[in-house]
Amino acid sequence: MDEIFGIPIPLLFGQLLLGLINGAFYAMLSLGLAIIFGLLNIINFTHGAQFMMGAFVAWMLLSLGSADAARIGLALLLLPLVVLLLDWLWLKLRLAQPIRLGLGVFVSAAWIAACFLENGGPVARALGAMFPNGLSYWWALLIGPIVVGASGVLLERLMIAQLYKLDHLYGLLLTFGVGLIIEGIFRNEFGSSGLPYRIPPELSGAWDLGFMFMPVYRGWVVLAALILCLATWLVIEKTRLGAYLRAATERAELVQAFGINVPLMITLTYGAGVALAAVGGVLAAPIYSVNPQMGVNLIIVVFAVVVIGGMGSILGSILVGFGLGVVEGLTKVFWPEASATVIFVIMAIVLLTRPAGLFGRA
Amino acid sequence: MELSRRAWLGTAAVTTLSTALPRLTRAQGAANTVRIGVLTDMSGMYRDNTGPTAVACARQAAAEFGNRGFTVEVIEADHQNRPDVGANLARQWFDQGVDVVLDVPTSSVALAVNQVAREKNKVMLNSGAATSDLTGAQCSPNTIHWTYDTWMLARSNGGATVRAGGDTWFFITADYAFGHALERDTMNFVRQAGGRVLGNVRTPFPGTTDFSSFLVQAQASRAKVIGLANAGADTQTCVKQAAEFGLTRRGIRLASLLLFINDVHGLGLQTAQGLTCTETFYWDMNDQTRAFTRRIVARTPNNYPNMIHAGCYSATLHYLKAVAEMGVPAAKASGMEAVNRMKAMPTEDDAFGRGSVRADGRRIIPSFLFEVKAPAESRGPWDYLKLEQTTPAEEAFRPMAEGGCALVRS
Repeated sequence: MDEIFGIPIPLLFGQLLLGLINGAFYAMLSLGLAIIFGLLNIINFTHGAQFMMGAFVAWMLLSLGSADAARIGLALLLLPLVVLLLDWLWLKLRLAQPIRLGLGVFVSAAWIAACFLENGGPVARALGAMFPNGLSYWWALLIGPIVVGASGVLLERLMIAQLYKLDHLYGLLLTFGVGLIIEGIFRNEFGSSGLPYRIPPELSGAWDLGFMFMPVYRGWVVLAALILCLATWLVIEKTRLGAYLRAATERAELVQAFGINVPLMITLTYGAGVALAAVGGVLAAPIYSVNPQMGVNLIIVVFAVVVIGGMGSILGSILVGFGLGVVEGLTKVFWPEASATVIFVIMAIVLLTRPAGLFGRA
Repeated sequence: MELSRRAWLGTAAVTTLSTALPRLTRAQGAANTVRIGVLTDMSGMYRDNTGPTAVACARQAAAEFGNRGFTVEVIEADHQNRPDVGANLARQWFDQGVDVVLDVPTSSVALAVNQVAREKNKVMLNSGAATSDLTGAQCSPNTIHWTYDTWMLARSNGGATVRAGGDTWFFITADYAFGHALERDTMNFVRQAGGRVLGNVRTPFPGTTDFSSFLVQAQASRAKVIGLANAGADTQTCVKQAAEFGLTRRGIRLASLLLFINDVHGLGLQTAQGLTCTETFYWDMNDQTRAFTRRIVARTPNNYPNMIHAGCYSATLHYLKAVAEMGVPAAKASGMEAVNRMKAMPTEDDAFGRGSVRADGRRIIPSFLFEVKAPAESRGPWDYLKLEQTTPAEEAFRPMAEGGCALVRS
């Protein structure tokens, strides 16, 4: 017959596919978490907020010409990038550390104050004047990770780096707190009911697969996630840079003794992990509701994915991400009420039988 | 790996719990002060539909009422959409001398607070929650259900959809008290009108981020109408993803059973156009509603008031009028007496015009069926809805005899 447990087979195929798509998001987000945990031993609870920031940057870029809040928001979010670039310049000019710090604080204060002037100040106005029609989805895909990644780099340099000497729980608490603050600020500024973001025209439309209607955009999400996951895995497992990173995880002092700038590498790794979250956010903007809670809902599941895959295991988080998406998708057909719980049931079982996770090293 | 798994899981648990710590504003003051606590969603998905704008409306009502021999204090707290948090906050408030708990969106929380208000003989003026059980099986002499309910939504929106030819339904239902009540009430109307219900799916609340799977199930049922028995961000995601999966282009109708103007704002007219929604208040109805809206928007520039917000304003005003008539000591002594006085007086204000409160605690006002405008029809900011149909006050809500409220039988 063409039914399994009373569910028509075409419907089941559709659900498998949808599960795979959701799994793509899980994989992308848990990948960033796994990299950060594997190489920095930091449990990055800000990840959900950074995912959400990615989606908001996409909205801000698109609405540059039409919404004051978008212009001002983007102007403020550009600050970390500006500070980092200036700091790099000052470093090249061989300014002393205290002077760089002082200048950085000054520039930040002036920048923020300028954004609270009438009409959003010079930066926001310039952004609005330069891009009256906003910047498209494709620009967001490029700019979003850079802007959010820069904020991550700054967060790592200023705060997280202070905690490496302490127990890892401090890092967890810090990132958790920062995440709550970021979400609180966005909620205050943009409310909770979400912002409109449409699917880019190039990717709208759908394919009729016979057993279901497959939106082009969802196909693109899976493709993009697969490419990103594969590329990240290749970089870390197969390149020289990846080898340095893995070596620095094991014996940081020794790697440093070979003349490799380990702190810089760690900072950039954190930035890259955050950028991955932001890419996820931009990809999610057209299909999920762009609102400050969007990260909270996803991040708990993603943490479960990381635990099941094995903390810090990159391959584990990719495979488990896609796998759990499918499991969740099937649960939505057979027992919808349990679909939010099933992942945690699996997590409990995995923890009991294989405490290091499916792909982790005990 | 240096970090122990136990420590990590333990901390995760503690951090989750710590978010549950209530934000609490303490109530203090003299005996000649009436205290109104707005218990609402300040941080979750219903924040814009209720939240700070509801608080602003209560404050506006208190300010307009002025000082008539007693002072009014409006305080606020976040119940986080959790019945346990909401009931605890209400209990704490009542013990500290708060007289009225206002708004209380999220039906599961409202039903919990309903019990507390009755037990402490205080007042709950509910504007935000939808479940018709508040004036039905679980009705209370201490509660007035002010603005809308699931029966009224089902009658207006469900009835109109079946009449327009949508006679086979599939429900996507938020899996808690509100969704269940809205689904139940709408199913009754669909069946009465000769329609058929082909299936339903209960989605976890909160925590569902993707509805595509449920939408595809709905499509597979070959129903002509998908009833969205959910609210806020859930409804928005459903509408967005239904368009994405081409459901609407294939002629499937979405019945957004509870949709607020703030949701339309979040979706954008391009996506939301053509949806219908049922409200008891829309800012652009007449000169009074527009004047009222101007006063509120001055306090909340980024969020226009919806019917829940207007209900908070109207309920506060009506309560204060009752207190002025019966005296502060009597009103503070017995919440039930205050509610009885409110039931005896006709209601009137800028937001809703005239209305009345029934013995079972149901306020009776007309309901309006709106259609969301196309982008070309919208003439300005927040000009989103056009009136399709008006249900007169006497027919808009469930007849008292059918609700099963114990207050009516006795």
